[in-house]
Amino acid sequence: MHDQTTVNLKMLFKTNMRQFTMIAALLLIWLLFSIATDGVFLSPRNLSNLFLQTVTVAIVACGMVLIIVTGNIDLSVGSVAGFCGAVAAVLQVNFGWGTVATIGAVLLTGVAIGAWHGFWVAWKQVPAFIVTLASMLAFRGAILAVTGGSTISPMHDSFKVIGTGYLPDIRFDGTSFNDTSALLTIAFLIIYLLMEAGKRRNLIAHGLPVLPLGLDSLRIGLTALAIAAVCGVMIFNEGFPYAVLLLVLVVLVCRFVAERTVFGRRLYAIGGNSEAALLSGIDLKKNLMGLYMLFGGLTALAGMVMTARLNAATTSAGVNMELDAIAAAVIGGTSLMGGEGKITGAVIGALIMSSLDNGMSLMNLDSAYQYIIKGLILLTAVWADVAMRRRKG
Amino acid sequence: MLLEMRSIIKEFPGGRALDGVSLDVIQGEIHGLVGENGAGKSTLMKVLSGVYPHGSYQGEILVNGAACRFRGIRESETAGIAIIHQELALVPQLSIAENILLGQEPSSFGVIDQERALQESERVLQQVGLDLPPHTLVRELGVGQQQQVAIAKALQKQALILILDEPTAALSDDEADILLDILRDLRQRGVTCIYISHRLQEVLSLCDRITVIRDGRSIATKTGSELTEQALVGLMVGRELASIYPRQERTVGEPVLEIRSWCAESSGGSLRLQDVSLTVQKNEILGLAGLVGSGRTELLMSLFGAWGRVTSGSLLLQGAPLAANTPQQVIAAGISLASEDRKRYGLVLGQSVRSNITLPNLTQVARRGVINEQQELDEAESYRQQLAIRCATVEQPVGTLSGGNQQKVVLAKWLMTHPTVLILDEPTRGIDIGARAEIYALINRMVDDGIAVLVISSELPELLGLCDRIAVMHEGRITGELSRAEASQERIMLLATGYSEKGATDA
Repeated sequence: MHDQTTVNLKMLFKTNMRQFTMIAALLLIWLLFSIATDGVFLSPRNLSNLFLQTVTVAIVACGMVLIIVTGNIDLSVGSVAGFCGAVAAVLQVNFGWGTVATIGAVLLTGVAIGAWHGFWVAWKQVPAFIVTLASMLAFRGAILAVTGGSTISPMHDSFKVIGTGYLPDIRFDGTSFNDTSALLTIAFLIIYLLMEAGKRRNLIAHGLPVLPLGLDSLRIGLTALAIAAVCGVMIFNEGFPYAVLLLVLVVLVCRFVAERTVFGRRLYAIGGNSEAALLSGIDLKKNLMGLYMLFGGLTALAGMVMTARLNAATTSAGVNMELDAIAAAVIGGTSLMGGEGKITGAVIGALIMSSLDNGMSLMNLDSAYQYIIKGLILLTAVWADVAMRRRKG
Repeated sequence: MLLEMRSIIKEFPGGRALDGVSLDVIQGEIHGLVGENGAGKSTLMKVLSGVYPHGSYQGEILVNGAACRFRGIRESETAGIAIIHQELALVPQLSIAENILLGQEPSSFGVIDQERALQESERVLQQVGLDLPPHTLVRELGVGQQQQVAIAKALQKQALILILDEPTAALSDDEADILLDILRDLRQRGVTCIYISHRLQEVLSLCDRITVIRDGRSIATKTGSELTEQALVGLMVGRELASIYPRQERTVGEPVLEIRSWCAESSGGSLRLQDVSLTVQKNEILGLAGLVGSGRTELLMSLFGAWGRVTSGSLLLQGAPLAANTPQQVIAAGISLASEDRKRYGLVLGQSVRSNITLPNLTQVARRGVINEQQELDEAESYRQQLAIRCATVEQPVGTLSGGNQQKVVLAKWLMTHPTVLILDEPTRGIDIGARAEIYALINRMVDDGIAVLVISSELPELLGLCDRIAVMHEGRITGELSRAEASQERIMLLATGYSEKGATDA
């Protein structure tokens, strides 16, 4: 068992090349920005802010991975998220709805919009590109319609918390760190370690290849360290923002759906070979419909976080968000040909995109250059990926 | 000597595909290249055409005595080597003329010279005997005519050597005859061809010399007149072809699947299934023969609700009417279809052996929509062992397996659905003889386990060796049914070409 089922370091690098290069790229970007900003970029306050900025795009990017995996696309997320955020604001400000009712209604709105897309894509077989391009325009208009063209504010305090609140201290109020977050981090790390151990046991039990124990420990240790570092930054700032916790939840759920559920497996099969999936008895229509509805819900969630953070709904909310989300997914290794893509990759992709935004803003770079640089980086990232794949094939 | 390939060795991670192959082609001849699937013919042609660039293989290539080191297809084309692939590299949306001149458009300052383009394409079209207006769109042509366009395209490029890879595989006999005549005519004009085919009679009647390749080595080069079909097969296989069809007598059970008066038509109405009735019984293998275009595959796909529109007819499964019109329903009822083109319809190539096997069976290994990975792995592993699928682990991507092992994954996938009826469309296409024998043994085992099996195949020896009963289709109808004792290649061919059914079965 020990010889044939272990893989060596070279194999590890080969099969995980993409993850390594992505994380290396992220660290490189952080290093450059921290030099350029005299370390301001890496301050706990800024990093904590950066994570908060990442949340909306990352939530949407998680769903976008699944959409692209099936060989489809959604260009409307920015407009739809903006619209959902606007609906939330209108419900609270103009109609005086409570926070729970608002959240429920907006989530339903998002799911309904997703169902609309699913209907056209799955049943009427209109290309997703066109269906969602139409929605991108239409919902930008719908935002103007529901807001009357003006900014709507303020939101209730209980709603604002979603985007701006932090986990409260339980005991040591006034200490320099947030104890609830610290406890959560410890719990999270323990769960992570237990899961990795279980996974390894399982692989060995089935005679599947695993890394030698030392290397695997190193890999798990480094990941745990990274988690601890990210959490530490927030613990010593103001604690975990609710929005970041929400993102963690979304990531865990999406990963679970993608990797462990029948639904998720079928999505990958549809994208990998839709004809084979159809002849394997998979109902393409139902699965695509379900996916778009799920994505609608995620979009609504992102829209609400957006409104909560700003404490207002603006008519320009969510502009260009679809591009950030698609870029995040693609940088994270999702293939536009379908059938391939990882949720965590997209989250790192989103972090790369928002690091660029954040860092360049700190440097007071003209926004004209910011767009140009982001565009070029996206191009380079995908080119590197294509080149690497070709060499492997 | 126009072309010499000397001791070509090409290695892949899995082993040696070519182990010192040599090939000499004389100016003006048609040179046949034959061998089993996997013998190395395609690899050799890929080396010749620069798909595998110089440096990735050992050995020498000489064209007209000059050493060539092609780094890509473009360079081999410039040197006069043109391959016409099985999958034709034509753009269906463009016209014949546009396809012929694609990449070579006569133009000045980027503007195409329409007049010259027309003349040029008419000239080469005449050479291949295709009498059609050059502005006809390629998608409107039949496969045979497309083949002619592809040859015209190669001629237009002033090819020294034309390589034809299985040009008649998708053609009817008439179309194939036309093509062969064109090739003979081109030989008269001094064009040199390398002709790869599995149809040995064709090779024998057409080729001046024939080179046989086996297991990556060139076994012999002989003139066509020295050889007979048997001798050729002997060289190709290198061993006696006695018992790849395991055969045991079975007592046939009750009818399992009955297709009654099935009528369906394609969306364009170009193909009709008319009044097709078939019965598959327990413990038997029913064969379905017919030429390409006879409607065999379409019949199966229409049973699955995946082809055309069913106008009338009914299905009975174990005596009870089956109202099903989507693949989900048909599969759920216990009918599984391992389709003809496993890469297109059968497998998700980028995914693991495990995911492919469990794809139609996910609900078996899941509870409330959540997959139990332990159970999934155990199931996949057990099928891997049962079917002796050769892969490192079940996590290996299925696209990296050999054709035979891919086909076993397809079988595993459908066996796991525990079907009452298993339909196999061309179960051994593109699979070498060793793996074939294994697949035949598997099919027999399934039948012994009580599954009713329907096999479609274009290869008559396969049907004759495997099946208890053979039904024959022609132009969307069943033209006859032969028992094992009655069946012979000749009788099947008669029925498949539309000869009256009564005459044949009573004769």
